[in-house]
Amino acid sequence: MDAEAAKFIGAGIAGTALIGAGIGIGSIFSNYLSGALRNPSAAASQRTNLLLGFALCEATGLFGFVLAIIILNTPV
Amino acid sequence: MANDPMKQFEIKEIFNGPQIGPFDLTFTNSSLWMVIGAVAVIGFLSLTARGKLVPGRLQSLGELSYEFIANMVKDTTGPEAMRFFPFVFTLFFFILFANILGMNPYAFTTTSHLAVTVSLAVFTVVMVIVAGIWKNGFKWFKIFAPSGLPLPMYILIIPIEIISFLSRPITLAVRLFANMTAGHVMLKLFAIFIAFLVGQGGLMAGIAIVPIIGTLAIIALEFLVAGLQAFVFAILTCVYLNDVYHVDH
Repeated sequence: MDAEAAKFIGAGIAGTALIGAGIGIGSIFSNYLSGALRNPSAAASQRTNLLLGFALCEATGLFGFVLAIIILNTPV
Repeated sequence: MANDPMKQFEIKEIFNGPQIGPFDLTFTNSSLWMVIGAVAVIGFLSLTARGKLVPGRLQSLGELSYEFIANMVKDTTGPEAMRFFPFVFTLFFFILFANILGMNPYAFTTTSHLAVTVSLAVFTVVMVIVAGIWKNGFKWFKIFAPSGLPLPMYILIIPIEIISFLSRPITLAVRLFANMTAGHVMLKLFAIFIAFLVGQGGLMAGIAIVPIIGTLAIIALEFLVAGLQAFVFAILTCVYLNDVYHVDH
């Protein structure tokens, strides 16, 4: 295989890290929503943890994005 | 027209500075926008700090932002950590203004460069280490060995704790950098696509309304992300400051 082609394939595979981030963010918000509907009075106090979990989860996916950018900008 | 989505992150020289040892003190567009951000923060706070007993609209904005950060520090770390409140407040507002100013057309997003975010993150983590040793002495290193475990477990736990501690500056920096870069690249790609469709003319120019609506939605999302990332950076700083005050978990 051409090295240039392998570079693009590698960058594409690195981008699949965002699949996990998507699943994680969906799970965080769905669980927050179901918890908040069961006990609405406790929901507001947990918003900080919600956003924290969202950001931590999203970051792991974006590491894949950074990796893809690094791969694309590496001269072969 | 610039067709490269990465071109917006280019650092351009504005005027030459001296070279002192390994440091190149050239004033770039990145430095310019950092100065603008800092001036905007100072302007915002001096406009809102009126000191009237009954706050007006502007003053309550300033007071709300003070209370927001103060409550965050108190809830996450505890009242004794209010000593670090000025640091967290500065960090939050610098990142917030850098992110939001970067959303303006023709502006430069300083936080979309790893050099800036790594400096902020490394400074934060080094400050936690120095403050921890300053306050607790060498007992501070107990944060790497949580108490109440069977003895053989420590062989496994201590390296894991050390690695997770050392990865903090990396994750803190890359999170902010990647969020800002990814958002701006996405906006630029959509803009290039719209320009391409309009350039085709006829029916294709009519279809361009779809990516225009999409871009508007992404811009709204990016403003949310700009605030959220500043908030997350500040709250993670508070979480890390926990290690200064609560050595025994």
